[in-house]
Order: sequence, then structure tokens, then C-alpha cells
Amino acid sequence: MKTIRIGSGAGFAGDRIEPAVELAEQGGLDYLGFECLAERTIALAQSERLRDPAAGFDPLLTARMRAVLRPCAARGVRIITNMGAANPLGAARATAAVARELGLSGLRIAAVTGDDVLEPVRGGEHTLLERPGTVASLGETILSANAYMGAEGIVAALRGGADIVITGRVADPALFLAPLIHEFGWAMDDWERLGQGTVVGHLLECAGQITGGYFADPGYKDVPDLARLGFPIAEVAADGSAVITKVPGSGGRISLATCKEQLLYELLDPTAYLQPDVVADFSAVRFTELGRDRIAVRGGRGRERPATLKVSVGYLDSFVGEGQISYAGPGAAGRGRLALAIVRERLALTGVTTTETRFELIGVDAAHLTGNASGFAEPPEVRVRVVGRTASLAEAVRIGNEVETLYTNGPAGGGGAWKSARQIVGVVSTLIAREQVVPELHYEVA
Amino acid sequence: MRLRELAHARTGDKGDTSQISVIAYDPGDYAWLAEHVTEARVRAHFAAILKGEVTRYELPALGALNFVLTAALAGGVTRSLALDPHGKTLASLLLELDLPDRQRPLSA
Repeated sequence: MKTIRIGSGAGFAGDRIEPAVELAEQGGLDYLGFECLAERTIALAQSERLRDPAAGFDPLLTARMRAVLRPCAARGVRIITNMGAANPLGAARATAAVARELGLSGLRIAAVTGDDVLEPVRGGEHTLLERPGTVASLGETILSANAYMGAEGIVAALRGGADIVITGRVADPALFLAPLIHEFGWAMDDWERLGQGTVVGHLLECAGQITGGYFADPGYKDVPDLARLGFPIAEVAADGSAVITKVPGSGGRISLATCKEQLLYELLDPTAYLQPDVVADFSAVRFTELGRDRIAVRGGRGRERPATLKVSVGYLDSFVGEGQISYAGPGAAGRGRLALAIVRERLALTGVTTTETRFELIGVDAAHLTGNASGFAEPPEVRVRVVGRTASLAEAVRIGNEVETLYTNGPAGGGGAWKSARQIVGVVSTLIAREQVVPELHYEVA
Repeated sequence: MRLRELAHARTGDKGDTSQISVIAYDPGDYAWLAEHVTEARVRAHFAAILKGEVTRYELPALGALNFVLTAALAGGVTRSLALDPHGKTLASLLLELDLPDRQRPLSA
């Protein structure tokens, strides 16, 4: 029986590069996917592209391609990635340039576009999902609007003979569902198989998060060799059932526990995981341990896809200023609290206007947010953190300055002050009728 | 005893919504967890940060509970001022939850 081997080469834009090389060389793969496009990244990429029309794709694209193109080309492994971000065409050209540099010729690279829906959602009544108002109400602050496309464009590119497919915004699981649709000839309304294929894509899309990353808890959940963490491979059969595994000898561990955690990751209602291609139902998924680092998965189901697609809208939101400084030794927390009180008063005295602030001690209450930490001992060191939202960069800068001046004006022994001021790009969502989003293909040959 | 002794957990985020899975190490503990790790307990545990609702989904086949906490991430990862804007640490914080000692039936 035919099975397809799909590897996952990156779970976010900054992910490690060597695990993908290991997969390309030793994974026995048919396909290698790279998920590198977080929600906000595409808005930032769009701003880059406005400054430089050749930019706007993933800044690590050339480094990743340089690392994997040769082993992939030698073994016929086809690459699928959303590293195109705001400029899939530019990314395809850059990839072709890398291929030529490596002496590889004849590689067929497809760029999938069509996700940019800024013009259609800017006008009309596109209601925001997170807050009152329409997309139009964001006015001149809008940077980008990208629809989550499904597998269709990628499938067409694979049918068109692409060795490498580069997209902008597509649903993450679609990067892995598309080759299954292509290889097994699944119909685009075969909801059961699309549902099970979405389970496979969802398990793969965060790469190391299913092989033991984001999992280890010494004494409770031990994972070997995380510095050499192997990334996952799915061996998928024509009915969509799959075995999750990794390259023998690589670091990490694939177990029932890692698979369950990743299946539920970012899942809301398990019976209705909304995707552009299907409403997937994960509630009857079952895992079986076949052997060391080999877990079988089956039982994903699906229902008819939604009539609308989700659109991520990036916009200029506000500015944030931040400062940090450390205290250690006896009374560290007391001096940290004194520092916070001083900065709070200074911001009031000097008239820094903020719409939201946090005054906290890293080591006490900055990440421990339940307010139930009274049973813990006094920490041997703390780090003061003051952060606030402002309407201008100039005001944001003043927040960090008030923390830095604690060096000579604050409690005893303040060290390692640090400050930053930055503009915040926010993301909100809306919906668009799927008929308004049509994937387009462009080919580049190296 | 703490929830950590019986279950492991992982956090995911979607905008301002946090999602926390709670998974029994031993599937035999699932029914007991479902009885004690309720929406009300989770709501109370995160009262300091929670501005929305807690919904619990049950996955008996996996021995898991899935908690969805709306308006829990100070606006969500793109604009939150929190040190951990994704709320990645919330799953570990939930494992602090105090539970009655688990009485196991005597087995041969």
C-alpha cells in the first residue's frame, strides 16, 4: 500500500535549521514542509515590501533553502512553505537564485498568491471579530489584510510539476494536507479524509513540539537530547491514517503524551476545528504506540468547509516603552518593590501619559499571574519590569529612561538596566466570502 | 495533592483566548480529574487575569480535558504588555491546582 512520507522542517520563523537538513538527508521523505508565518509577521513583511519591493518574504528563506535544496533535489523531495509571507513571487525568485548558486538547474518553483485581500476588505462592511467596528474604521493605520487560503493553490502547483511551492498566508495544516490531496487524489469534498489529513497537518505544523519540544519537565516528563531534537515525519496512508516518527538517532521522544499535547494545542472546540478546506473533528482521534518513537494516529473526521475564510488584518496599534533592572541578595524583593513605586511616581510627576501599564517583579509576579504565589519563599534575586503603552514613541522612550535612572537615583544595588521603545503592530480578524479569494500561480525555473 | 502529580498540560493561544489541555498520565485517572478539575476551579485559579469565560471540553478517548479561557491574555500576543504575551506559562500554573488526595482502589 502506498504511503507518503512528509517531514516538518520548521515550526516557526526562527526555528532551528539543522533538523530540516537531517530530515532532507535521512528522512526518506517525499515532501518537506516549513511553517514559518506567524499572525503578525505578514503585516511586518508588508511594511518591508512597501520600503523595498524585492523584500517582504521570510528573512531566513535563503538560509533555509541554501541548507536543504541540494539534499532535497538529489532525493526528489518536494518543498512546501509559507515563507513567501507578503511577497511569494520575490521569495520564488530568491529561491531560484540560491538554486543556481548551488549549481542546481531545472528546479521548478511555484509562487502561490491571492491571499492579499486588503482592497476588498478595506471597503464594504467587514465587521471585526475581536471588537466593535469594521475594517474600514481602522482607517490609515491598516498595513495588511490576508485571507487564510486552503490547500487548493498548493495542490494546483504540485499538479503543475512544482518542486518547491511558496505561499503567503495559508492555513498552517494546509501546507501538509495539500500533498495528501495531490498524491491520493482526495476529492475536495471528501470531508472525512480532509478531516483526518488536517489531523496529520496539525500534528506536524509545529515541528519539534511533537517530538519532545515544549514538553520536558524533569522528573515528570523527561526528554533525551533536546539540543539535537529531531523534527517529525508522518508516514501517511491513502485513508489518511498515519504514523508519526522521526529520524532514528535524532534527539527527542515521540510518545502518546507528546502526541496528545500537540493534538490539543491551540484547539478550541475539539469537534469543530475550523479550516478553509474542512471543519475538522478531533474528538474521536486515537493514538496507538507501535514502538519507540512510532505513534499511529487515526480517527479524525470532518464536515463541510465554512462558506467564509478568516482574514488577518494588521494595523499600527500603539507604542510600548519598557525598562528592566535587577536586585539581588537579602531584601531583593523589597528593593524591587521600592523601585517600582519610585518609577510609578516619576511617571506621574513627569507627566508620561499611558493607557495601560504593568509594574512587576520578574521572579515574583511577572509570569506567575494567578495571584496565588504567597506560599513561595522570598526570591534570591528579582528583576524589576515596568512597561507601558503610549500614543507616541517619544513618550514610550521616557518609560525606559525612568527605569535606567534608578542606577543613581533608586534603591541600593540596582544592576543590568535595560530599556526599549517600539511600535506595536496589532492584528484583528474579519471574514470574507471564499469566492473573493482566488489562488494564482506563478512559476520560476532555476 | 497537586494536579501536577496526575496530569500534564500544554497551553496554546488564539488572539486573546488561551487554551489549556490537561491530560491524565494514567487514563484511569480521567474520570476523577473530570470530577475535580471543573470550569469553576479553573475560573477561580485564574481569577486575577481572566476577563472572559472558561469552557471545558471533554476528550475521554484521550483521557484529556481542554479548557478554553476567553479574554485571558491581556489583549493577545500582538499587543499584550505581559512578559509572557502568549500565556505559554499558564499550563504550568494550572498544574499548581490543589486537589484532594486521590484514593486509589486496592488492587491485587
